[in-house]
Amino acid sequence: MKPLACSTMELMAVTAAHEIRDAEVVFAGTGLPMLATMLAQRTHAQDCVIVFEAGAVDPRLRHLPMSVGDSRTLAGAAQAAGLFEIFNYVLQGGRVDVGFLGSAQIDRYGNLNSTRIGKDRQQPAVRLPGSGGSADVAALARRTIVIARHERRRFPERVDYRTSPGWLEGGATRQAMGIYGGGPAAVVTTMGVIRYRETTHEPYLASYHPGLSAQQVQDQTGFTLDLSDAEETRLPEKEELEILRCEIDPERIFLK
Amino acid sequence: MKNKILTLTDAAALVPSGASISIGGFTSQRHPTALLRELIRRQIRDLAIYYHSAGSDVDLLIGAGCVRRLEGAYLADGVFAPIAPNFRRFVEAARVEIVDYSNAAMMARFTAAAMGLPCLPTRSMLGTDMMAGSEAQAMTCPFSGESLALVPAAHTDFCLLHVQQATASGLLRIEGQEFLDVQQALAARTVIATCEELVDEAVLREEPERNRIPAFAVHAVVPLPFGAHPHGVHNCYDYDPEHLRLYTAAAQSDATFAAYLERFVFGPTSHQAYLQAVGGVERLEQLRPGAGLGYNPALLRTPRRAP
Repeated sequence: MKPLACSTMELMAVTAAHEIRDAEVVFAGTGLPMLATMLAQRTHAQDCVIVFEAGAVDPRLRHLPMSVGDSRTLAGAAQAAGLFEIFNYVLQGGRVDVGFLGSAQIDRYGNLNSTRIGKDRQQPAVRLPGSGGSADVAALARRTIVIARHERRRFPERVDYRTSPGWLEGGATRQAMGIYGGGPAAVVTTMGVIRYRETTHEPYLASYHPGLSAQQVQDQTGFTLDLSDAEETRLPEKEELEILRCEIDPERIFLK
Repeated sequence: MKNKILTLTDAAALVPSGASISIGGFTSQRHPTALLRELIRRQIRDLAIYYHSAGSDVDLLIGAGCVRRLEGAYLADGVFAPIAPNFRRFVEAARVEIVDYSNAAMMARFTAAAMGLPCLPTRSMLGTDMMAGSEAQAMTCPFSGESLALVPAAHTDFCLLHVQQATASGLLRIEGQEFLDVQQALAARTVIATCEELVDEAVLREEPERNRIPAFAVHAVVPLPFGAHPHGVHNCYDYDPEHLRLYTAAAQSDATFAAYLERFVFGPTSHQAYLQAVGGVERLEQLRPGAGLGYNPALLRTPRRAP
């Protein structure tokens, strides 16, 4: 059978959508997480609920928001609230099943950096936007899915700045810190999917995207991945691609 | 009831150099941007800005040289600016001080101030480098023994807001998402609100459940249609994608941003002149929301491709 032609971004959106289960509450950011959640709602997880940190609860999105504060997040929404309700009652109250996170750097134990590259606090080499809600979702959601561009410099052994807690130093260190939520479950990248072993929280390659090998993913990663369980990422179904392209992002705002 | 209506010029004159401020809205939505332009025209300096998820509101003040210190969580504008450009350039050159917190931590800080408390605990922040870089303190709950982070109240001298409706007495109605406007307002000593529409007291009192900020917390009201442009106001107008893209491109260097300020801030000396400079009524009407929506579904948001 002829393989389906799709872009890396489309493959990532579909792969991320498969991480969402029906009836879950999803804390989504701008871009690919929105595409993934909207796709899940239109396929296998019709009762999953999106919340946006700026205040929108359970919208029926009709036009893609450019940011989580966009008025478009309110189309058909169940509630229009604010940061107070979302961070206190929804996130800290323990109602979020899945949180999506992006990051400029991600390290061996899934700790994220969206604050700065370089060690000098007052004069960094690159200043990034900052945590926003990332540290909060990383600490408080039942599990998190990280979306990342897979390049060796973005996957160092240790992040330059720990904005958002993953498994900290591995093992039981996250629990010992008293962090409430569940921690990173998967990292969906431009090359594959990384997951973490139970108990040790050591990273392993769960899948590599079609056209790549497990070793090629390792070569672009600054820490050692266990490759023993790696298999090829499942290709999107034709219907999934049609929904993404025709219903969710016809303007091609995020889909490349 | 006291009439708190001021002109834009008189309202901006309340804010001195060196003040601490917070600004309402979120990324590309409902900022009091016309008021910020007026602060820039007055050449206000050394502001300390407390923010959660800011966009080209705070970035505009940074680029105009108005800011000495930042404490907050996020400065970017989604697809329009993955990193706020003036913010990035100024921080990388150590031209502005910064202290990082998360959004939940800033929410807790404004809420503590609004509640008259010196601090509040949060379950966030633990295990991050923000703990050592900020005033947050790890603590153990005296009741449950759980680990928490304690963050200090964020009192400010001023809160600057833009809302859909206000009365002359200062009662404010917000439509769509509230963001953190209520807590920011109640955390400030002086609140200045610009509004799309000035309405009669009796009208807002017909539906008190829709009103968000009481008049006793508000010190000045400035009726200012399109006062948030280029940012959007739910149910009133959308953000202006062309202008936000133009802004991001201009904010990449001091020289190009100086030209932006000349063209859109110092050149047009009034709000009306600014609205003309960004395309006038013809452009602004294109941003009006569609029926039953708070935004314009037909708005072209990605750049036109070359033919």
